Amino acid sequence: MSMDMSQFHGVFIEESHEHLDEMEHLLLALDPSSPDIEELNSIFRAAHSIKGGSGMFAFDALITVTHVMENLFDKARQGKFQLHTQAIDALLVAVDALRTLLQSYTDGTEPDWALVNATTADLEAILNPEQQQNHEPEEQGYGFFQPLTEQNNNQDGDIVNTDNKAVSDNDDDVGFGFFEPLPSEPIANEQSDQDEGFGFFVPLGTEAVDKTATSQPDEDGFGFFAPLDNEPVSPQTQQVIEPEQGFGFFEPLASESEQASTPSPNAKPAATNPAPPSNPTAKPGPSVGTTVSKKEIAPKAESVEASSIRVDITKIDSLVNLVGELVITQSMLNLIGDDMHGPTAERLHSALSELERNTRELQEGIMSIRMLPMSFVFNRFPRVVRDLSKKLNKKIDLVIEGGQTEIDKGLIERLVDPLTHLVRNSLDHGIEKPEVRLEAGKAETGKLTLKAEQKGGNILISVSDDGGGLNRDRILAKAYENGIDVPENPSDQQVWQLIMSPGFSTAAEITDVSGRGVGMDVVKRNIESMGGRLEIESHAGLGSTFEIRLPLTLAILDGMSIAVGDQMFIIPLVNIIESVQPSESQLKQISNQQVLELRDAYWPIVKLYQVMEVEPKSARPSDGILVLIETSKTRFALLVDDLIGQQQVVIKSLEQHYRRVPGVAGATIMGDGSVALIIDAESLALRVDESFANKEMG
Amino acid sequence: MSHSHQTEVDSQDSASLEYLTFTLGDEHYGLDIMKVREIRGYEPVTKIANAPPFIKGVLNLRGDIVPIVDLRIKFNVGEASYNAFTIVIMLHINERIVGIVVDAVSDVINMKAADIKPPPEFGVAFDSEYLFGLVPVNDDMIILLNIEKLISSHELGLFDETAMASEG
Repeated sequence: MSMDMSQFHGVFIEESHEHLDEMEHLLLALDPSSPDIEELNSIFRAAHSIKGGSGMFAFDALITVTHVMENLFDKARQGKFQLHTQAIDALLVAVDALRTLLQSYTDGTEPDWALVNATTADLEAILNPEQQQNHEPEEQGYGFFQPLTEQNNNQDGDIVNTDNKAVSDNDDDVGFGFFEPLPSEPIANEQSDQDEGFGFFVPLGTEAVDKTATSQPDEDGFGFFAPLDNEPVSPQTQQVIEPEQGFGFFEPLASESEQASTPSPNAKPAATNPAPPSNPTAKPGPSVGTTVSKKEIAPKAESVEASSIRVDITKIDSLVNLVGELVITQSMLNLIGDDMHGPTAERLHSALSELERNTRELQEGIMSIRMLPMSFVFNRFPRVVRDLSKKLNKKIDLVIEGGQTEIDKGLIERLVDPLTHLVRNSLDHGIEKPEVRLEAGKAETGKLTLKAEQKGGNILISVSDDGGGLNRDRILAKAYENGIDVPENPSDQQVWQLIMSPGFSTAAEITDVSGRGVGMDVVKRNIESMGGRLEIESHAGLGSTFEIRLPLTLAILDGMSIAVGDQMFIIPLVNIIESVQPSESQLKQISNQQVLELRDAYWPIVKLYQVMEVEPKSARPSDGILVLIETSKTRFALLVDDLIGQQQVVIKSLEQHYRRVPGVAGATIMGDGSVALIIDAESLALRVDESFANKEMG
Repeated sequence: MSHSHQTEVDSQDSASLEYLTFTLGDEHYGLDIMKVREIRGYEPVTKIANAPPFIKGVLNLRGDIVPIVDLRIKFNVGEASYNAFTIVIMLHINERIVGIVVDAVSDVINMKAADIKPPPEFGVAFDSEYLFGLVPVNDDMIILLNIEKLISSHELGLFDETAMASEG
């Protein structure tokens, strides 16, 4: 089985991680004193889904832990168990344990059973402070014979039994089992009754059981009961008669069948309640417990499933490529269409413009598939903050803004580590202890803000705290101590930059939270490798802000296409301030550097034909156009022959088949199928620095 | 020397070897057909700044930006002219695609490793490091290139050093 199933492992593991994230998220949001029943249901559902999947793959460790969690939530939502902070803590620990276990299954290593046992023991202790020992036998015993008032309780207990038994089995089989293995039931009486009454269900049951082998257990469980909903009348009547017949001698039944016979349109209790009596070996327990929940959650679960599908990213990338090709083909058609004349040409033109619009929409649509909301990253931080603030004895409010800002998937994954680091830093070094804060006249509770927003072609992500701010003197002292180069009379900005030097850590006390001295430089490097920048702003006593500035996507770029000689280039629009056609009088010479004088500012001129080694139409700036460019380092005017137009281009890597080219950020394919290089303004700025910056200063 | 080449060929394929033969100037060359992705006519390319002259530039191969190398310039064989008959062989090497400009593509030949004679130490434009050996076909002598080694060589500098290291 594991061989057949292995192809689904990846999906299961990925889904389980999502479920765990969701669980964690909900747990953190949960108010223990008055838990929201819907939220409890969601958590239960997440735990159950993991359990169901684990059952299929025989991931016993996961089953064991999720199972106990499931019990706990089940009781909690039935109001049989009052959640408290310790319980939430234990559950969060259990979520972590599940992650660890999931990882070991991912790696194909043996799960840590000690961890499993410790986690389950903790949870059981919380669930059942008195009777954590002897769980199973006891419940097996009374599960069936207890009077009806406690029926629900028993059912919970029963879940423990069956599932433990079913640990290596598909536990959904067990759940359904109760309709199937009728002939093997010990009590003949009951069997015949059931045959009569449940004859209706049997085929469904078989179907469902068959299906569990290949598809998601949740759905099957639900699918199985669904028909009852659709035809509430006939099954209900059957049930009503039936349990009474069969279970005359079972204590609980009379009242249960009463319940079932109440003419409520509620097929739910009708479907599930007759279940327990049909199987005296306590098997019905789990199916009652779980199916009820499935029933309630089913419509929601379905809508969640419908709202997203899982797609391999390479498929999307190849779609992006294909659409790029389509755009090219489309513009080729346009060129051909322009050559045609006559009445047919008119029709062709209108068809072509239709095609053009559709192509553009298709392209935009496909590009947007790659985009994910920032909340994918942000959602992990409530937990980080909660855990850390506890550990550090600080009180912290986490504020998240702009979680819906969308960003390229490729970037989102690489943002997690740097952001985590920044958040930890702010918590550890930034926000002061409550006493200190009160002394300083601030609110006891510190505030940490995570914010994402889109600004032009950039996305800004900031981590800010209202803590003590960076300590200039200490940073300087530390820098000298560690032998880091410090500029003379450094500005604040320069001092802040020092903390991003390798081997720098200012934490007065080294904690296990941060202070390993390998922090900010790695963060900075990671961000720069994404084509982004990290900026720091800090005010003593007021707090600090770390701002990450990233390009919106790695895949597309708004650019200006320009021509130099017979070649086309793309300049990223973000770098362009404006374009001017210079007059002779605006062009000046300062030592060796030609500059443009514009509104009392001097712009050093960089000639693109020189940089790119192409033959220009004219080497004189007054014949061409100067594109004023701003980079993070400097500003300059780039001399080109002509502006062609503004367009969105798909960025292609030159390095994939060739190598990095200085001054070039990448390449793109133009409408006619030719390749145009994308100018890397930042690296052109370096040329200016070398040849001009000194003179400008001097 | 000859021995080592012989074994290299052997290990590659002991049974039958298929080579695509092409001409550079007056010389006949062969390269392992399994490395060939496609053959197409020469099209104008986009020039790349600061690249050596033998790197003609890049072109769009169905969405991939592929460098085009003119071996005639690099190894000083024949005349680097481009006309309607000029051919580009697209090679697939180390997960990368590279196009090489040749004068003409002639044939696909089958041979046994035993037919391959050791390469001469001189008289061939290519360093013997990049050759498997010689094979006589009809009246011509075909020079078998170790195209993978040639294309990923430091001498051509087609790939970044780091990229080469990671690809082995």
